Amino acid sequence: MDVNAAPFFTAQGLCKSFFGVQVLHDMAFSLRPGQVLGLVGENGSGKSTTMNIVGGVLPMDAGRMTIDGAEYRPRSPGEAEARGIAFIHQELNLFRNLSVAENLFIAGFPKLIKGLPFIDRAKVRARTQELLAAVDLDVAPNTPVSRLSQGERQLVEIAKALGANARIMIFDEPTTSLTTRETDRLFDIIGRLQRQGIAIIYISHILGDVMRLCDDIVVLRDGHLVGSAAKADMTIEKMITLMVGRTIDQMFPPRDPPVTLGGPVLEVRGLSQRGMVKDINLSLRAGEVLGISGLMGAGRSELARILFGMDPFESGEVSIGGTKVAALSPAACMDHGMAFLTEDRRAEGLMMEASIADNVALASLPKFGTTWARFIERTRLGDEVTRVSKAVQINARDLQRTLVKNLSGGNQQKAVIGKWLLHHPRVFILDEPTRGIDVGAKYEVYKIVNQLAAGGAGVLFISSEIEELTGMCDRILVMAHGEIRAEFPRTDFDREAILRAAMWHGLKESA
Amino acid sequence: MSARDPGSRGRHTTLFLLRNAPVLLFIVLLAAFGMMSGRFLTVTNFVNIFIQAAHIGIIAIGMTFVLLIGGIDLSIGANMYIVAAVLGLYLKDLPLVVSFPLVTLIGLAFGAVNAWFITRLRVAAFITTLSTLFVGRGIALYFSGNKMVGFSPEVLSLGRASYLGVPSAIWAFAIVFIVAFVTLSQTTFGRQIYAVGADADAAGKAGINVRRIVFSVYCIAGVCAAIGGLVSLSQVAVASSTFGFQKEFPVIAATVLGGTSLFGGRGGVLGTVFGAVLIQTVENGLVMTDADPYLYPLVISVIIFIAVFVDSTRTSILERLERRQIRVERA
Repeated sequence: MDVNAAPFFTAQGLCKSFFGVQVLHDMAFSLRPGQVLGLVGENGSGKSTTMNIVGGVLPMDAGRMTIDGAEYRPRSPGEAEARGIAFIHQELNLFRNLSVAENLFIAGFPKLIKGLPFIDRAKVRARTQELLAAVDLDVAPNTPVSRLSQGERQLVEIAKALGANARIMIFDEPTTSLTTRETDRLFDIIGRLQRQGIAIIYISHILGDVMRLCDDIVVLRDGHLVGSAAKADMTIEKMITLMVGRTIDQMFPPRDPPVTLGGPVLEVRGLSQRGMVKDINLSLRAGEVLGISGLMGAGRSELARILFGMDPFESGEVSIGGTKVAALSPAACMDHGMAFLTEDRRAEGLMMEASIADNVALASLPKFGTTWARFIERTRLGDEVTRVSKAVQINARDLQRTLVKNLSGGNQQKAVIGKWLLHHPRVFILDEPTRGIDVGAKYEVYKIVNQLAAGGAGVLFISSEIEELTGMCDRILVMAHGEIRAEFPRTDFDREAILRAAMWHGLKESA
Repeated sequence: MSARDPGSRGRHTTLFLLRNAPVLLFIVLLAAFGMMSGRFLTVTNFVNIFIQAAHIGIIAIGMTFVLLIGGIDLSIGANMYIVAAVLGLYLKDLPLVVSFPLVTLIGLAFGAVNAWFITRLRVAAFITTLSTLFVGRGIALYFSGNKMVGFSPEVLSLGRASYLGVPSAIWAFAIVFIVAFVTLSQTTFGRQIYAVGADADAAGKAGINVRRIVFSVYCIAGVCAAIGGLVSLSQVAVASSTFGFQKEFPVIAATVLGGTSLFGGRGGVLGTVFGAVLIQTVENGLVMTDADPYLYPLVISVIIFIAVFVDSTRTSILERLERRQIRVERA
């Protein structure tokens, strides 16, 4: 493609806020036909927000986009598609119960006879074969999508985009679940699309791939565009430096680490589960805050779910509070004094339609029904609920009446912590405890974490924000690709080194 | 192909068994009843089974559309009774070619009311159709004065008629089946029903008018309930106040037994026909073997339990097989 061709797509001054927090500031970029634009940045740097705006998933607050000089302001993914923009999502949007051909034409099949509803199966098959050939996918058109591998499904998505005559294709982390061979094949296809004049936006943490594929690279940090250059003027080192930046404006409560940590409260030896995590070894001591860093999909939440007995594991052993727990289950883990704050508090942590008091009491009800009839001792329970709610400072007038769904994100998170506090746990697993809550509430969550540790509990703190971890933890483990890749004691905290370890998989691929 | 977890082969075998559980059950039942009664394995008896299964089968075909999008319609029994009451009370003197289409339209309207509440007011399908189940029967009982409703003699003679040697009930069953089968497998609308059932959000993103599809399937269920009601009342000639009462149980059981998932997206009307015939075979077999009539509900409920159990086991296994993996384990 002619590198001097004029851009046909431009975006300027894109801004987006969620609940008063601006997550994207003045984003701007343009695309030429056949250009591959790489978009890199840490988790939460605004990459997905940008692409969701371009793909019509989110509306923009401010800014302007044009296609061929004409105003472009999509209100739905359908509209974006009609204007020639296809989004190949990380979570593929295919119908697994339908065939490949049906997936390609589900929005409108060619008809056998005009005016009648019957599908022209022969035409569907022929057209599908053509599109599949264009992406080098050798499967029969009537193969059910459920039989295809992750990589093959991705090719089907691309074929679908080709069928819709897309001019811009957006790839969001397309290689995370692909084998090396599938990745190579994907890159061949992307090269082919490029030669056909299709512009590509490529989002990835695998910086080596970005260097290999892209003509131009845009780096985002905290919603700001911090670097934009042609491949020739960019290196992996430079990308990492730009991504990390040097803005530390976040506030953390002072943390005085205890002089001597207690004995181990959680020990994990050689924990493995195929396809999820491999050979995990870690030891968490009483009074310690142990951070787990890593990129999206590094296996952190999966590890947490296994440790709390929600998912199975194949080999390895787990000891909680010094006793080996053979059969992990949420009930067994709770009995041994483990508490788990899930990443998705709406779905797993809270009953939205119930009061704060009911939510806080939920996990400890058996402790308050110890008389012969097992009736719940309302008064004692009520006192305890009031006590922990004070301890975590839930701002609500009436604990018994206020429904959890009416609380802010921060207060909801405090209600979950309160729920577990009632149980006096010795091990706390916190999975993204500050996601989606405002700065003030974050500070209060940090204070609670410090209190927990000071009270002798061990805290496993999972977070995507490296700053939060360096601010809060005594030690940080870095996960990548389901394995623990590095360990940093507090004295050696270095954001760049942590990020580099998290990107181990990506850097390795490029080597 | 990417690596699958090691238990997958065992799970695939289990899946195969689960998928074919109703067929295995059917074969076992045929053999058992056949041994117990000499009259069971005869052509006449099987024609009878089909005639008796026709009305359940037709309504279950409509139910299949609803379950395919992951919905439910509990109100079909009330729909049947309204159709019977209107036909017997007000349209008795009209020729059947006029009155039958008219009451079928009433069934359609009943389905459209369900659909309107579900798609426009976003009331859960379970609640909506549970309410219309009571409201519908209540209205019809008010007009019928809780008394038997009789029909014109032509209705009964239609019920007893045969064309080309095939009884009318089986004709109706076959025609509804063919139309439904072609619609589901050969039209855009049909394939989009499967897409909506698999993932309504993704279907919306793919440009499918989800609301229109959902609306349509409840209308189809209403029409099928009306047709099934007509087939049933033409066999019995009168409709008591319990006509259609609790029909939702055998209908949903037949659909699920035929392999249509309660969770949406999987199944089809061919299986539904099979399911309806299977349930009728059991009832017929129990009669033929002079089983204690108090045993019938027990046996039927065991079969319904098997159907629902098989469906949820299969769904959870499929979910486990489909779980996204983080690591790609190289062989």
